[in-house]
Amino acid sequence: MGLPIELTYLAASILFILGLKGLSHPETARRGMIFAEVGMFLAIVGTLLHREIISYEWIIAGLIIGSIIGGAMSIWVPMTAMPQRTALSHAFGALAASLVGVSEYYVHGAEVGTFKMAALSLEVLLGGITVTGSLMAFIKLQDWIRGTPITYRGQNVFNLSLLVLTVGMFFYLIFDPGAHAVFYTMAGMAFVFGVLLVLPIGAADMPVVMSLMNSYAGLAAAATGFAISNNVLIIAGRWMAFQGSFFRS
Amino acid sequence: MSATNAISGISLVGSLVTAGAHYNTVSTWLGFIAVIASTINVVGGFMITDRMLRMFKKQPVPKKDSTEEQERA
Repeated sequence: MGLPIELTYLAASILFILGLKGLSHPETARRGMIFAEVGMFLAIVGTLLHREIISYEWIIAGLIIGSIIGGAMSIWVPMTAMPQRTALSHAFGALAASLVGVSEYYVHGAEVGTFKMAALSLEVLLGGITVTGSLMAFIKLQDWIRGTPITYRGQNVFNLSLLVLTVGMFFYLIFDPGAHAVFYTMAGMAFVFGVLLVLPIGAADMPVVMSLMNSYAGLAAAATGFAISNNVLIIAGRWMAFQGSFFRS
Repeated sequence: MSATNAISGISLVGSLVTAGAHYNTVSTWLGFIAVIASTINVVGGFMITDRMLRMFKKQPVPKKDSTEEQERA
């Protein structure tokens, strides 16, 4: 990756941190927002200079569709529905991270090294859990299903064994990155686990879940950064992960 | 929280590379969907924060605004 891109990323990361610092106080919030927006703009422009990017039509189409959906959502969503919207956006963020992870594995497969494989697996694992977990939180908060905890006999044992199995696959993949079936099974199980994780949690406890998901989405983004060697992702992802765990405590 | 959502859209950076690198059809499609999902976060996050900040402003500001307008008039 070239020096100009690295410098743009560095500037973007600094702007994010300054921006979030500004947002902590009502008087400086406006300025903080502008910092964060400029930072995001720089990060995007810097990425578009990346030498691996050879075609722009899909990028432009995606940016336009995403802007329309995101803009429409933020204009029409009622302020009282903010918790649901936040849950939904965690799901989107994590979806992006896990798709990038799956694609990265699909392209490079067994050729990735041990460290990259660990990062990729972690990304898909946490991303998957966050996608379905946040969607469940959204559905519960939106009252599409009842908000009370949904429990059944042997739930804890079942969830725990599923978790152990999934984590087992994670470690297996580190030693044998070529096991495609294991990777895709693990990705699928992460999605299932996200649903099971949030089922027994009541709507009133959702803020805790959402902070957790915020933190997972951040970790997934940071793992993406390690997987594709991208510094701005690592820095911003770490930051989000810490902030998510902070809200929780 | 909305601002952090916008920044969480940083996964857009990864998605852009995946969508634009054109390794093969599957990865381009995955990247394309990822670009959509993370752009929703970036645009939505910043716009919601903007909406919230505008709500914040309303209480003390209207007086100021009206006096300024009167002065200008």
